[in-house]
Amino acid sequence: MGFISGNNKKLLSKIATNDGHGENSAYFDGWKAYENDPFHLTQNPNGVIQMGLAENQLCFDLIQEWVVNNPKASICTSEGAQDFKDIAIFQDYHGLPEFRKAVSRFMEKVRGDRVTFDPERIVMSGGATGAIETLTFCLADPGDAFLVPTPYYPAFDRDLRWRTRVQLYPVVCESSNNFKVTKEALEDAYEKAQESNIRVKGLLINNPSNPLGTVLDRETLKDILRFINDKNIHLVCDEIYAATAFSQPSFISIAEVKEEVVGCNENLVHIIYSLSKDLGFPGFRVGIIYSYNDVVVNIARKMSSFGLVSTQTQRLIASMLSDDIFVENFIAKSSVRLSQRHGLFTKGLAQVGINTLKSNAGLFFWMDLRRLLKEPTFEDELDLWHIIINEVKLNVSPGCSFHCSEPGWFRVCFANMDDETMRVALRRIRHFVLKENKGLEVASKKQCRRNKLEISLSFRRLDDFMNSPFMNSPHSPMSSPMVQART
Amino acid sequence: MALLSKLATNEQHGENSPYFDGWKAYDNDPFHLVNNPNGVIQMGLAENQLSFDLIEEWIKRNPKASICTTEGMESFRTIANFQDYHGLPEFRSAIAKFMEKTRGSRVKFDPERVVMAGGATGANETLMFCLADPGDAFLVPSPYYPGFNRDLRWRTGVQLLPISCKSSNSFKITIEALKEAYENAQQANVKVKGLILTNPSNPLGTTLDRDTLKNLLTFTNEHNIHLVCDEIYATTVFDAPQFVSIAEIITNDEVTNRCINKDLVHIVYSLSKDMGFPGFRVGIVYSFNDDVVNCARKMSSFGLVSTQTQHIIAAMLSDDEFVEEFLIESAKRLRKRHEKFTGGLEEVGIKCLKSNAGLFCWMDLRPLLKEPTHDGEVTLWKLIINDVKLNVSPGSSFNCPETGWFRVCFANIDDQTVDIALVRIRMFVDGNNDVKENGVAKEKQHWKRSNLRLSFSNGKYDENVMSLNMMSPNSPIPHSPLVRARN
Repeated sequence: MGFISGNNKKLLSKIATNDGHGENSAYFDGWKAYENDPFHLTQNPNGVIQMGLAENQLCFDLIQEWVVNNPKASICTSEGAQDFKDIAIFQDYHGLPEFRKAVSRFMEKVRGDRVTFDPERIVMSGGATGAIETLTFCLADPGDAFLVPTPYYPAFDRDLRWRTRVQLYPVVCESSNNFKVTKEALEDAYEKAQESNIRVKGLLINNPSNPLGTVLDRETLKDILRFINDKNIHLVCDEIYAATAFSQPSFISIAEVKEEVVGCNENLVHIIYSLSKDLGFPGFRVGIIYSYNDVVVNIARKMSSFGLVSTQTQRLIASMLSDDIFVENFIAKSSVRLSQRHGLFTKGLAQVGINTLKSNAGLFFWMDLRRLLKEPTFEDELDLWHIIINEVKLNVSPGCSFHCSEPGWFRVCFANMDDETMRVALRRIRHFVLKENKGLEVASKKQCRRNKLEISLSFRRLDDFMNSPFMNSPHSPMSSPMVQART
Repeated sequence: MALLSKLATNEQHGENSPYFDGWKAYDNDPFHLVNNPNGVIQMGLAENQLSFDLIEEWIKRNPKASICTTEGMESFRTIANFQDYHGLPEFRSAIAKFMEKTRGSRVKFDPERVVMAGGATGANETLMFCLADPGDAFLVPSPYYPGFNRDLRWRTGVQLLPISCKSSNSFKITIEALKEAYENAQQANVKVKGLILTNPSNPLGTTLDRDTLKNLLTFTNEHNIHLVCDEIYATTVFDAPQFVSIAEIITNDEVTNRCINKDLVHIVYSLSKDMGFPGFRVGIVYSFNDDVVNCARKMSSFGLVSTQTQHIIAAMLSDDEFVEEFLIESAKRLRKRHEKFTGGLEEVGIKCLKSNAGLFCWMDLRPLLKEPTHDGEVTLWKLIINDVKLNVSPGSSFNCPETGWFRVCFANIDDQTVDIALVRIRMFVDGNNDVKENGVAKEKQHWKRSNLRLSFSNGKYDENVMSLNMMSPNSPIPHSPLVRARN
């Protein structure tokens, strides 16, 4: 977090003075570049385009229309103001009953009504960020570990570990089989952890996956369930991207599969959800824990006092998600728009020889730039990344920030911009790749202006960050991903 | 291997306390002026419901403050999408300004130091995570708010060491008592990291005078330990002496300014009491320590304020005219209600600690105790719940070192209900007097001193632990204080 005074090192807790918040990562460079030179279609058409933020901005028109037509959903309209007081004073950590019902109904619809959810098991949290932390507090003691398949969402490092003091142990997934989570990889990780005397308490999976954009198939889900039952460890399924599945194969929730595994101990199964991605409401901090374990529901609910959803927001969400017609229409339209956006990008890239991992969900795709690396090293990946930021002027996210085991992969978000911007972005990538293609054919040193990197970076030397004014000041002017609750 | 964490299976969440009994009684038989005039009146909830008309009026006049009105709709998308943990700049400015106004503009607050949290509940926990390691301790003057046991200790592993305050000097915090508590900790090899206090006090309703604050500050400074001031009741001051914030002491006093290490001083705030918005979860950490601001801000990701709420609060608290009118009127109504209630109690010979703030009074029922013991207090309490039918809070739940004191809330009910409560108290006291006068148990005409419905074993709460209510996620006690984020 920057320079901490000597006195403060003694005055403050270990948690406050370690790096568990995860913000001292090279990941920041892209954000600095974006903040210093943000793209704007008319005012700054040569600026850096933000493609590192997994936001869903494609369907706000539908939402705004609904809100305008349903003034009673707000406690601030003349129609809804009579409820202001009751809503403002309601602080029961069970949440508004209508909120819990509406969320469980929505979760069912997103899963094609193939499974039912019990509103009594819906527990609130401070976004999915809070949900992950709370579940970790419930399931593991300091020093225990959770297995997590790589590549994974960077902030898991903070959410799972920082204040809980739980460890994260990677389950390595490889491009050779499209980063599938295999039984072998799980067993391997578990054994290695055992050998290192690390007590594994659970497995955390993200389905649909960030950053891959893929969904887990039924067999894999069953294998996972058998694995955790066999080891008697927990399974936490972060299904935050559930409604972003836009084409086949359809999203299969763990809720659907657990019945199919004989002898599956439900007390080990927990789901995390949120409205930040599916609806595009990260600001509203609607995090949900859904556990099949009664004690966990009870305890997580008590812990939810540390991060309840504002009742003003509960009320709005309850109304919105109870509107079946709106919900069905929204889910359908959102899928179509995501599919179109995804298709445009991935096809456009394919035309210039850039492969992306075949995906059908998420707000991003996983781009394969391995052939543009001089050497298959993470140093080269970061060098390439700097070129993309500074010359191509796109803020994309390098695979190493997702703990990918292989260099050369990049996550590119596509749902946080309008069509025009998307076209500009695509043009820039294609232009860059075609240039690179030419350069690669010629073995000369003139291929890239790599020596003109505006920011020199020595991989893992973080002195620059440590001394940067941004890092020292509590008044960070950046709206970087780390200041976003979730990216 | 134990399935869940130690946190999930210890009882540090604090809900297994006999405190629940009063709530069960209330929930089973809640008072309603018309529908259930003989029900239990809720006087255990520190809520401020006296000035909602002013707020509702403002809401109606300011449709742009909401993102759901036609006037405010254009902001919906930006607001819903905004997840920067710095919070909306206008929100931080408005909060800083409001905090200034509630302190009579005698001190300035820097918006850059305003950090969000999940209610004051989240704010207190976050500060503990920043300032102390597991096993460290914070001193706290008793009697104190019961929720501290959970908020400060549960997930943080921090200990609480009470500083006994005595009725003989109106429960003032003396330096002697502070020194004693500190030295005892030293002898027991417990590392004291700070002192936390609530000012104005819950449950006392008193404000700390300037000298006491200075002395406390000198003490903490000398011992290089933190001072956390929970100023959640700042605006509930309705009478002299004027509220003095710790911010005033360290900023305005030249000497203090020079000699005090500001890195040790932190304020917790919230809108739950002053404005009556506990449902909105607006918690604030305001620290004079840059690193703490920085760290707490990163931690705020676990409990940010919904941007929908930030937006409306920003608008409301930026309206200087409204704020000034609200502060004056709210104080007036609190004073009136306080006078009415304490006056009514005095008429039947019940004294309350002289207080000038808060949403409650600290009632002295020592004369009514059969024996000046914990059991005696609990017996009396159950009588009050079951026979007088008032849910008040016994001093023991506040860790009060003396028995016989009860906290009674008066700002969460209307005038008629207050009248009824006073009538019931009068009848109870008269009945009690009759017994004393005659020296023998007399047949109570007005009260059916029924057998206590709830059996209570001193210090053993096994029943509560094993009760289905506790184990089921579907707690049938929706309105109890402990399911509330704060009470």
